[in-house]
Amino acid sequence: MTQNDQNAIVHVDNVTKAFGDNQVLRGVSMTVRKGEAVALIGPSGSGKSTLLRCINGLVPIDSGQIHAAGHAVHTLKGNAGRIALRKDVCMVFQQYNLFPHMNVLKNIMLAPVEVLKQDPDEVRERAVALLAKVRLTGKEDAYPGHLSGGQQQRVAIARALAMRPSVMLFDEVTAALDPETVKEVLHTIRDLVQEGMTCILVTHEMGFAREVAHQVYFTDRGLIVEHGAPAEFFDSPKDPRTQEFLGHVL
Amino acid sequence: MKTPHTLHTSMPPVWLVAAALAALPMGAQAGQAGESGLLALVKWLPLILQGFAMDVGISFAAMAIGTALGALLGIGQISQFSPIRLLSDWVTQFFRNAPWLVLLFFCILLLPYQIQLFDWVIPFPAWVKGIVGLMLPVMGNVSEVVRGGIQSIPSGQWEAANALAFSRGKTLRMIILPQAVKRMVPPWMNVYAVLMMATPLVSIVGVEDSVTVARAVLSAENDTALLMPVYGLLLVLFFVYCYPIARWTRALERRYAVA
Repeated sequence: MTQNDQNAIVHVDNVTKAFGDNQVLRGVSMTVRKGEAVALIGPSGSGKSTLLRCINGLVPIDSGQIHAAGHAVHTLKGNAGRIALRKDVCMVFQQYNLFPHMNVLKNIMLAPVEVLKQDPDEVRERAVALLAKVRLTGKEDAYPGHLSGGQQQRVAIARALAMRPSVMLFDEVTAALDPETVKEVLHTIRDLVQEGMTCILVTHEMGFAREVAHQVYFTDRGLIVEHGAPAEFFDSPKDPRTQEFLGHVL
Repeated sequence: MKTPHTLHTSMPPVWLVAAALAALPMGAQAGQAGESGLLALVKWLPLILQGFAMDVGISFAAMAIGTALGALLGIGQISQFSPIRLLSDWVTQFFRNAPWLVLLFFCILLLPYQIQLFDWVIPFPAWVKGIVGLMLPVMGNVSEVVRGGIQSIPSGQWEAANALAFSRGKTLRMIILPQAVKRMVPPWMNVYAVLMMATPLVSIVGVEDSVTVARAVLSAENDTALLMPVYGLLLVLFFVYCYPIARWTRALERRYAVA
């Protein structure tokens, strides 16, 4: 995996970011290849979520470079460039953030119709198909407030997929869920990975990271301490900080 | 359990109205010509009601214009363009923290009697000045209602919309405002109730509202025994008009507190 890797779809190079005096990222680099699932793990406050937000331009970076799905994220200034980026790189949040005043179908259709100006009939067809994919057929007219957390999160995944992105970012998407509904959501993500969607997941589900991810990155205090294939990473971590963290959570 | 409670809370106002109504003939009887005083009240009632309609009309107009301008100011307060944000903030704070009566006097003194626009002469009668004077504090208060309503929506909604490539304007229009308007309605109605109760201030600047009519009636009848009944009638009129608004506002607050 080098910078010139032909299959690289996301390339993060020496990125730094500070919020005031708080240096959140201190020179982070990573490469994600097309079709790969990458898990970002690490203690809270280590910069995982910030890194994810930098990749789709929600958080502007201080220095370094980010290339994602053919967009030079660090150079984007205007609205047009950001819109083009977010069409290709979509994000799912811990708190789902569905629009509570719209039903499920409208939630999924809104951005493709209003932002991408796609044909509503075609988008509706796609939305219905996506609901089937996340196993929520029949919930088209339901409002988010009437769905369980796991169902809401799967709607949020369908909403992101409706943009037809080439990269999906998942920010601790199961952290706010009941243990029973966590499984439904992980199931959906596993399906996506198996279909070849490029996924970057910030997660605390170590078992899931080990099972689904192709690469695991461990972050601590704004740095990537260690990364590797899951079997090697979980069974024989090299860095003492990784060992300590895994010792706590496993 | 619930019914007696609601009954109890709705009781005092009913008693208040009854007491105020009872005060009308009592006040009249205290005078030398009790019977004729009451008759005088009935005689003048249509005119007083007409004055009250003027109050209602002025409050409607001031509320409508103040809401439109206040909404713009409120959105201006969350602008990312700092000159607009600072100006909106400053204008809002200025009109929100000024005494209504002083603003009214300012409008009377500053606005001309008419404006000449080419061949058109637009007259500025007292009631127009009254509307302008009352509209200004409404604008300041509505601006804060709008800003507060928008900022009460969780930041995750902005973030999600942003991640779905919505521009800021579109996010506001399609995602934030539809949710925020519901939360703005109760405080907005509160502003209206306060405005309605402040509207008789326009009588000071010469508008023919209910208080102006009441004073004219009193000087025409020249009977001090009519003082209590006439002003009592005004109190009842305003109460009967404003109280349902207050109840409705509370009901909406309760309803939206859950959502």
